[in-house]
Amino acid sequence: MAEQNNREQWGSRIGVILAVAGSAVGLGNFLRFPGTAAQNGGGAFMLPYFISLLVLGIPMCWAEWTMGRYAGSRGCNSAPAIFTVIWRHPLAKYLGGLALVIPLVIYMYYVLIESWCLGYAVTYLTGSSQLAADPSAFFGNFVGIHENGIIYEEGSGHGTWLLLVVFVLNFSLIYRGVSKGIERFCKIAMPLMLVLGIIVLVRVLTLGTPDPAKPNQNVLGGLGFMWNPKPDALLNPATWLAASGQIFFSLSVGFGIIINYASYLTKKDDVALSGLTSCSMNEFFEVCMGGLITLPAAFIFLGLNAKDFTGSSFSLGFQALPSVFARMPAGEMFGALWFFMLFLAAITSSISMLQPVIAFLEEGFGLKRHASVTILGVLSALGCGFVLYFSKGLVALDTFDFWVGSVLILVLALVQALLYGWAFGMQRGHQEIHEGAHIRVPWLIQFMLKWVVPIYLLAIFAGFCFINLPSHDTWKFTATGLSANGVAEGAVSDALRDQLALGKLSIPAEATLRRSGEAADWHMLDGGGNVLYILRAKHSGWEVYAHEMGYIEKIGSSPVAFAALWFVISILAFLLLMVHIAGRRWQGQGRFEHLPAA
Amino acid sequence: MTVGGWIVMTVSVGTVLALAAFCLYRVLTLPPVDVTEHLKGPLDIDTQDTLDAD
Repeated sequence: MAEQNNREQWGSRIGVILAVAGSAVGLGNFLRFPGTAAQNGGGAFMLPYFISLLVLGIPMCWAEWTMGRYAGSRGCNSAPAIFTVIWRHPLAKYLGGLALVIPLVIYMYYVLIESWCLGYAVTYLTGSSQLAADPSAFFGNFVGIHENGIIYEEGSGHGTWLLLVVFVLNFSLIYRGVSKGIERFCKIAMPLMLVLGIIVLVRVLTLGTPDPAKPNQNVLGGLGFMWNPKPDALLNPATWLAASGQIFFSLSVGFGIIINYASYLTKKDDVALSGLTSCSMNEFFEVCMGGLITLPAAFIFLGLNAKDFTGSSFSLGFQALPSVFARMPAGEMFGALWFFMLFLAAITSSISMLQPVIAFLEEGFGLKRHASVTILGVLSALGCGFVLYFSKGLVALDTFDFWVGSVLILVLALVQALLYGWAFGMQRGHQEIHEGAHIRVPWLIQFMLKWVVPIYLLAIFAGFCFINLPSHDTWKFTATGLSANGVAEGAVSDALRDQLALGKLSIPAEATLRRSGEAADWHMLDGGGNVLYILRAKHSGWEVYAHEMGYIEKIGSSPVAFAALWFVISILAFLLLMVHIAGRRWQGQGRFEHLPAA
Repeated sequence: MTVGGWIVMTVSVGTVLALAAFCLYRVLTLPPVDVTEHLKGPLDIDTQDTLDAD
């Protein structure tokens, strides 16, 4: 009997660990991390990455878990109410509104990407010659990247029906409640994801040298492509910015999810060991799997061309990797396993994004669960439909991801750090985190949360805004062998193409030249009318600058980006109005009157 | 793969594995009476709104 009880408890413990890992692990672990690391110094990226983990990630996780459980023990589960418990000020609930809009808007495009993963898994199972032959074309057609609205056309090979399936699956699971709805699903899904990941990992690490004609494209070369450090990258603030952003996104810090989840714990429930376990499981899947699978596999089969795919998670995940699986023995089977694993990782994350708004609708308006889920379903369907329709260039998705999935997350993380450090306080924080704790958390963490984290976050936010909001023109080289006739309105001349090729600049076939408002400048435009390069006549020749469009210019030049931003603003305004109304109801109920003042 | 690459990869993977192993060890050695009640994963949460959902 004692032995059977021990086995059951051991099984329960393992089950809990896998459940903790389930919500932490998502697409970012396998797709975003490798590409971001490769683009920002390879192995050198790990230094700012681990510093961000220790200084920002783990402390902020603990702060969210602590504040959530504290407010939850006082009857508050939604972020507006939680923030009001932490900081007894009328503004607190509106700041909590950020923790509603972030998971909601992210869900609107995350579920779309989730459907792509399932779609690719199904495609590998059913077989598609186009996917193997031309992954880029397949991806473009599958997601409707060439034209807005095309995704709704029947018989066009798009994945629209898959989004419907995944959307309904998400809501059918959440409809019955987090634990009742998905308990059986995830207790199978998480171990399965772990097994699939290990299978693919072993497969990649045992590939050897698949093509004897390319002896450098082997496992060690692939690992080196990912892990060889480029120390110069450490001098670039963008590297530190990218590392912090990756930690945030990966650990779901500043999403409003952890703080909501933790509010359902009791004072006896540990948050210290749970929070650390969640972080460690996430890092295991990110560093030990994502870091050893994605880019090494891409390099083994694509060589240095793999670098072309590191700028985008989508390129890496949905174009480079299919190329890899097309060349790999039994590639279709491994492709199906890989993308199904990504789907499992995504769905366990997307489900957790729905609960914060459900909790608010219940708490703020007295709605029951089914009514709240239904309202949320309609709201999120509107957003999913918007992103799905405006699929050209994935502009709508990119706009949502930037303004909400990057900017607002940083803002919310800063708000939470300030709330914890300055409203909640170091003393209360230290005491609260050790309620029911199974490990000791150093006092240093409290000091860091009050003083170091807010300053670090402010610096990151300022750097992030500087790099991404305004446009930047970066000098590339000076073309000295170009005559005045080589630069004229219209199609790019062969002479100009030859000169730019000397500077290793790629020019699309449909590129055109246009004189800018300033007499000496010429703009080279791509097929969509976006500025690629700026040519400036100087005494020494033509100076060529690469034009990197900032997000402010994107809003001005792209009607879809403009509309997407206004969609986000509308959602935010709507939720803040709801928060305002809920706040009035809470005031009438005297909800917070029994709580001690800040 | 350079020497620096080997060092970075080994230290990174080793650190993460050590952290994960530490957490796993602490969870597995928790007192038996508390384990199912006091260490909950996010997917085990009880939002207490499912019995009266309509």
